[in-house]
Amino acid sequence: MAGRGPALPQQSGWVSLDPHEFAAIYRREAGRCTATLVRVLGDIDQAEDAVADAFAVAAERWAVDGVPPSPGGWITTTARNRAIDRLRRESTRHAREREAMTLHDPAPDPPADLGDLDTVPDDQLRLIFLCCHPALGADAQVALTLRLLGGLTTAEIARAFLVPPPAIGQRLSRAKRKIRDTHMAYRIPAASELHQRLGPVLATLYLIYTEGHSASAGDDLLRPALTSEAIRIARTLAALVPDEPEAAGLLALMVLTQARAPARLGEHGELVRLADQDRSRWDRALIAEGQELLRGCIGQNRPGPYQVQAAIAAVHADASTAAATDWAQIVTLYDHLQRLCPNAVVALNRAIAVMEHRGPAAALDALDALDEIDLPAYHLFHATRAEALRRAGRDGEAADALRRAIALTSNAVERRHLERELAGLG
Amino acid sequence: MPQYLLSVFQEEGAEPPSPEQAQMIMARVAAVQEEMKAAGAWVFFGALTDASSATVVRAAGGEVSMTDGPYAEAKEQIGGFTVIEAADLDEALEWARKGSEACLWPVEVRPFLSSPAG
Repeated sequence: MAGRGPALPQQSGWVSLDPHEFAAIYRREAGRCTATLVRVLGDIDQAEDAVADAFAVAAERWAVDGVPPSPGGWITTTARNRAIDRLRRESTRHAREREAMTLHDPAPDPPADLGDLDTVPDDQLRLIFLCCHPALGADAQVALTLRLLGGLTTAEIARAFLVPPPAIGQRLSRAKRKIRDTHMAYRIPAASELHQRLGPVLATLYLIYTEGHSASAGDDLLRPALTSEAIRIARTLAALVPDEPEAAGLLALMVLTQARAPARLGEHGELVRLADQDRSRWDRALIAEGQELLRGCIGQNRPGPYQVQAAIAAVHADASTAAATDWAQIVTLYDHLQRLCPNAVVALNRAIAVMEHRGPAAALDALDALDEIDLPAYHLFHATRAEALRRAGRDGEAADALRRAIALTSNAVERRHLERELAGLG
Repeated sequence: MPQYLLSVFQEEGAEPPSPEQAQMIMARVAAVQEEMKAAGAWVFFGALTDASSATVVRAAGGEVSMTDGPYAEAKEQIGGFTVIEAADLDEALEWARKGSEACLWPVEVRPFLSSPAG
């Protein structure tokens, strides 16, 4: 059911279920359960409804009985049972329609036992290759994956895309209808098609990671469930396609970025910028893993955007202090990245590197060269301009730019950070 | 098994192929048709005359009107179509790829509505 989020527990006197814990379980388990239920039921909408039903039941039952030891297994079993009840109720009246709407399964399970209920890791791979099928538009691929595997609501997806929620709702229902009407298979592509099918999958995982790393809305900047889910699926993918260096490159990028997560939030949940982070809190094991992955994929000598971005993250990881950062190397890597995938966000990040390497005047030149109409609703464009203006001693203009950035961000942590910057200009 | 309509879209007024090219294209298309038949995917095939030979008929309230030419005022018109059976979309897309490679035109893949009888 498009747009349905976690079914938060009802407030009543004796409710003992912590809504935050419940929401965290939803984030962690919804995608996994949906992936399995799509296989078991053979229909996306039925799977989503069943999982949403199961979370609604959980909200009541867990408040009384407490959270079970394996909440994901509980949800999957409950969702399956709910779906069976529903199917039995509808079976006589709507058998024919339902048959016509069932997602094609190349090896259908006999309806009697409704398939294996264990959460097979392959279920999520099947679901992500389905969501990222090349017959779907790129926008639809990302929206479907965030909805079905990430468990995001339509509103959250809309903010990640900077588009109105009804547009996302339409995008999702149209994509699901196409999957059903065209009989898309629920399977992992054969080895011969993997390379071609991988591009949209990588792009989608990266977006999910980014959403988890810097939440588009809400009170928390980080969504560990999304970042760890993106990393988990990327790990499985990279193992599945060892000859695709971009898959390892994406994993390296995520892991190297994730290594900084413990230092990204301050004591009061405030955002700590890269330059101000306590680097002793960076996760050394993740950095070592990322660097190892990066060496492995660069060795294949088939560079791509994810490998270059991972290389940039590795340069940051190498610097023991912010001042020790090799900015010249980073600007060079951004130049390379811009040739591989010219876009406004890459250009914006390059301008930030230029600011560190050559100073605010050069950065402002680079920012002015960026056509602002490409980034009208992107708060980081204005935040970056504000920083360059502040460093150039143009505080009045910096404050104006900060106000525009504040008006454009929907994340509470980021807004507070920008408001502190604005107050600092005094 | 699901059925799909594979439509070949041709650009109206495009330079016609030389007789040798035309012969080569026809041979390649015939080979794909044979492959479809051998695989049990083939249901129906039809090549159409030029879209300018089309007539659109509208009948409402006892009134019948006719207009000369194709319904859609597009530069690209259907030049031929194949109906196939395929296990799933990926199989249908693979036939479309082979067809497009043979005839050198884009091929649109569109599923038929599943009939209740399956």
